[in-house]
Amino acid sequence: MVRESGNEAQKPFWSGRPVIDCDLHNEVPSLEVLKPYLADHWCDYIEESAFRGPDADDYPKGAPTTIRPGLEWEGEVEGQLALMRRQVLDPLQVEFGVLDCAYRVQGVHDPELAAALASAINRWQAEHWLDRDPRLRASIVAPTQNPVLAAREIDRWGADARFVQAVMPVRSLIPYGNRIYDPIYEAAARHDLVVGIQFGGAPGHPPTPSGWLSTYLEEYAAMAQVFQSQVTSLIVEGVFDRFPDLRVALIEAGCTWMPSLMWRLDKEWRGLRRDIPWVKRPPSDYIRRHIRLTLQPVDAPPSGKQLLEVIGQLDSDEMLMFATDHPHWHFDRLEEAFPAGLSDSLARRVLADNARSFYRL
Amino acid sequence: MATAATTRHAPTGGKKSRLEVIDCDIHNIIPSNEVLYKYLPERWRRHHQQFGLRGHLGGYYPRALMNAARHDAWPPSGLPAGSDLEFMREQLLDAYDIRYGILNCLYGAGGQLNLEYGAALARAVNDWQIAEWLEPEPRLRASIIVPYEDGDLAADEIDRVGDHPGFVQVLLLVRTNEPLGRPKYRKIYRAALRHNLPVGIHFGGAGAGPITGAGWPSHYIEDHGGMPQAFQAQVISLVCEGVFEQLPSLKVALIEGGFAWMAPLMWRLDRGWRKLSEEIPALRLPPSTTIRKHFWFTTQPMEEPPQPRYFRQLLEQLDADDRMMFATDYPHWDFDSPESAVPSGLSRELRKKIMSENARSLYGLD
Repeated sequence: MVRESGNEAQKPFWSGRPVIDCDLHNEVPSLEVLKPYLADHWCDYIEESAFRGPDADDYPKGAPTTIRPGLEWEGEVEGQLALMRRQVLDPLQVEFGVLDCAYRVQGVHDPELAAALASAINRWQAEHWLDRDPRLRASIVAPTQNPVLAAREIDRWGADARFVQAVMPVRSLIPYGNRIYDPIYEAAARHDLVVGIQFGGAPGHPPTPSGWLSTYLEEYAAMAQVFQSQVTSLIVEGVFDRFPDLRVALIEAGCTWMPSLMWRLDKEWRGLRRDIPWVKRPPSDYIRRHIRLTLQPVDAPPSGKQLLEVIGQLDSDEMLMFATDHPHWHFDRLEEAFPAGLSDSLARRVLADNARSFYRL
Repeated sequence: MATAATTRHAPTGGKKSRLEVIDCDIHNIIPSNEVLYKYLPERWRRHHQQFGLRGHLGGYYPRALMNAARHDAWPPSGLPAGSDLEFMREQLLDAYDIRYGILNCLYGAGGQLNLEYGAALARAVNDWQIAEWLEPEPRLRASIIVPYEDGDLAADEIDRVGDHPGFVQVLLLVRTNEPLGRPKYRKIYRAALRHNLPVGIHFGGAGAGPITGAGWPSHYIEDHGGMPQAFQAQVISLVCEGVFEQLPSLKVALIEGGFAWMAPLMWRLDRGWRKLSEEIPALRLPPSTTIRKHFWFTTQPMEEPPQPRYFRQLLEQLDADDRMMFATDYPHWDFDSPESAVPSGLSRELRKKIMSENARSLYGLD
């Protein structure tokens, strides 16, 4: 990315406090950059089969949500990092920025290739991102469609404190509450890592319970419901009972739907808890204790008053964590990246304190 | 609030001056194959005997209770809950003095893999509804069951019975093979409009694959509690595919889907649309504007915020005072009583709209 529109000039009203950005995207520009980290066998395979990378299109290259109009995608790390510094890290004096690499090895059906790619990406992240800017933290990319291989990859990086979470795409083959994923949660527990669930994914089946949608706008809007299904699954299938210290971040999920989900799940639990006796407390209690949401996209109502109402309905000061989702485009000016009208103490929590304690920064 | 383990419901006959009640979601079921066969032609009777219902298997989660019915809704006649009109009168229509009740029969005609067979079943069910429910009981109205995965067959059935005064709605289930905005379903909406009927989308169904966008879950609570996600997907599809721009008089009732998710969905859609409108230039209005004009909701099962003020905020954000309609979901375990389901603190005027007026106007009742 090289060109940019000059829309980050002024300091937003909410800056001046410590800021942790929990969702910054570093994009693997092409398979070429991974080749130095791949075994010869895989390099030959990629060459001969003309494999161009995972089958996913969560962020269509030119879509206005993917990249601001006026910016041009070029992709090399220097350009990406320079832009990130100029638009986010420097003007907001970001203390820590959590990279959220969305390269979809989870959509690669060959588990060995998926694991090799994941390993390569993490080495690339360490050398090309983490070594270059001490403010950055990163997310472990892992072949979560194969939990045993994913756990192996998490273990590889567990001792590197710059990796603060393991990420999985929200669209999965089977919901993440299922016991088949326990090796991933065990690995996260071993290394005290957050598990991040990201917007997107391409498991091969439809993104809705009613089939394939026609447009990206629909799929974008519908991704919130996939997050709702995952939250439901994590709680009712007992993940937080099996792993009482597990922390889960929902990344780019939107946040205004969360109160309605809590109310619905609490009601479901009151009616049907006999079916799931291991769930001892109302689901909203598990959500407040274990789950956090990154701020962008806010999906805010047109009225600021209603946004404050919804934030109040979370009944928790701890759940929201500031994020710009850079370079994805959800707000026109940095000023709009943060809700107006929060109390100073809540603003401080959302801007940095919640993430600091959640990610142990 | 219902608890599966202890479903006992009886009207208390409280002192409050009673508002008229229209119940927008009552389930009548066919008691036996013998009854079905009275309405099914010989050719399909043989098919039913030899092969039976064949839908998208693999999506079954045992429900909390048999037939998902209240313990006390099984009639003394020994028939299944929801199949005995006399008992339904006693336990529901008379007990709560219900002015009108809308029957939503969930017989799985629409989910049949054999579409012609599904169409035959739909015809049989609709004829049974006319003969055994609508004709004997003037307080009842019904929804037309259709083989909704085939637009032509579904439209034929709507044209066949759509002018019967007892039918007030065309019924679809929320988990369809494709999102309902896709072109294959458009003929159903056109047929509904020919007979001046709204389209109801009800809890249930299966066909597209896993019942969540994240794959197959493990428990009934995920099936039951996950239904709002399917409803949201359908709203997204109907709005974004431009169905209402093409058919501006179409009205859609979302039945048993909850409603607390709708305001956040409108915000998300509006925000997304503003950024991505170039993808669908035909979509000229913000999605929330379309939603406010075309979607109705039934109340049961209602999300229950822990604080009354959250519920008031929710109603204000939703802005659906004229489109919220009371429903009991009789005889299912999560029944809502007309006496206690709608939270206190709402104005009498709003309660009146919810309990009867909105349904009266949507369904053209007197």
